[in-house]
Amino acid sequence: MSYVNQKHIIETIKMIKIHHLDIRTTTLSLSLRDCCSSDVKKTGQKIYDKILKYASNFVSCANEIENEYSIPIVNKRIALTPISLIGESCDNIDYVYLAQIIDKAGQEVGVDFIGGFSALVDKGFTKGDLKFFEQIPEALATTNKLCSSVNLGTSKAGVNMDAVLKTADVIKKTAQLTKDSDSIGAAKFVCFCNAVTDNPFMAGAFCNVNEAECALNIGVSGPGVVSSAIEELDKTADFGEVSNLIKKMAFKITTSGELIGRRLAQKLNIPFGIIDLSLAPTPQEGDSVAEIFKAMGLEQAGAHGTTMALAMLNDAVKKGGIMASSYVGGLSGAFIPVSEDAGMIEAARLNSLTIDKLEAMTSVCSVGLDMIAIPGDTPNSTIAGIIADEMAIGMINKKTTAVRIIPVIGKTVGQDAHFGGLLGTAPIMSVNKFSSEIFVNRGGRVPAPIHSLNN
Amino acid sequence: MNKDENQIIITVTGKDKVGIVSAVSACLSEHSVNIEDIKQTIMQDNFVMIMLCDIEKMSVSFKEFKDDLVKLGEELKMEIWVQKKEIFDKMHTI
Repeated sequence: MSYVNQKHIIETIKMIKIHHLDIRTTTLSLSLRDCCSSDVKKTGQKIYDKILKYASNFVSCANEIENEYSIPIVNKRIALTPISLIGESCDNIDYVYLAQIIDKAGQEVGVDFIGGFSALVDKGFTKGDLKFFEQIPEALATTNKLCSSVNLGTSKAGVNMDAVLKTADVIKKTAQLTKDSDSIGAAKFVCFCNAVTDNPFMAGAFCNVNEAECALNIGVSGPGVVSSAIEELDKTADFGEVSNLIKKMAFKITTSGELIGRRLAQKLNIPFGIIDLSLAPTPQEGDSVAEIFKAMGLEQAGAHGTTMALAMLNDAVKKGGIMASSYVGGLSGAFIPVSEDAGMIEAARLNSLTIDKLEAMTSVCSVGLDMIAIPGDTPNSTIAGIIADEMAIGMINKKTTAVRIIPVIGKTVGQDAHFGGLLGTAPIMSVNKFSSEIFVNRGGRVPAPIHSLNN
Repeated sequence: MNKDENQIIITVTGKDKVGIVSAVSACLSEHSVNIEDIKQTIMQDNFVMIMLCDIEKMSVSFKEFKDDLVKLGEELKMEIWVQKKEIFDKMHTI
């Protein structure tokens, strides 16, 4: 059969059926810059109407495409312009009200998550930003699909340490308000250094002010495809061979994402934005980034050598994916969430994976400390210290880093937090017991590093 | 839709038995789906049939057609996949 190789057909079906190749997310990025007004009710109505106008057939079109190509599209999401910017012009601003309106619109159009309840404060706060920060916990506690993010630092501006401290308070307060469901509110909040403007992944997706009216961004997945291919390699295959194999698999994963993205954008009659060259795990067996480390020859994720394994994986995924897409963006790389990855959960339970090892790994992964459950009584200053360290890695290395950490109120080390669905289950990990109190309370802004002066 | 978008690949796998080709072909003809090429083989003791079809004149929606074929697969105790051909072209060629 000359038109298409039989082996390729069987391989593709195997990748989908056995190794969980899927499109992790199709994210509709939507600008709300035309929704500002002086009255919060009017702004809310404009936002609601705009979401419904652009996204009412989004989920049904995605389902159709999924059916036509038999590749699962796991999540359909919307990313909005940071709401702190849109709400700021209202004389009677009430961000919780806007959060609820957005959540209602998300419910109405049937998406899984809706992001953009965000603020960009890397260089400082406006009055509106301060009010926004105060209202994040209640907004997250009273909505279902809403995701929130804040950008606290950049390699160009340095790190806003006042915002780091406030963010730790937001995380703790959100955890407290949602303590009946293992503090899940904190799982829908992330803080960044060098946040990207076209990220399709939650909780950090938003449509920045430099983005177009609307676009469709895609995040692919397929750690199972990569780990199974490496497992089939001889144990003595050298790193050049392993890297090449990852590149080939990443190419295949990415082309499927590019095709689905282009077809869906065509159906929705909106521009195709970017594809995020990602390896995103799920809690499902065989869909794990940690399994890739094992396939490479490490006994568990977290064993010495894991940072190198991740660095090589991350690099090879990008090299393989870049040829497969015309526009690459987002976070692009391998994600290392704990609760969303069966292998990482196992490694954390065995104490092979600690928060310190994870921090080292974030210097070479696509984002940062992700979906990590810590004891509910962790002091806010310790959480701020964890965030500060992560921001430092991002700022100095000119990469995106992030913290999505969940202080599980009422639970401690040895217990599990259950978030359900894609968010998974997390064993509670211990944090350093020594205080960061005086350090994080110094406040102000850590100046931008010397290499920011590159003009 | 261009020619590529109208081409689909139907993959039927399972234990070999009498009447598979006939049952699948009957279902295709019922929905006005044209068979352009067909190949059968045995892979690891499994019957594998791959068909290249054109859905330009298909009488029902893609979803209805696919649902009917998948249901037929269940009756035949075979696994049937229906996918637009483009996915294979894109994934495996630069």
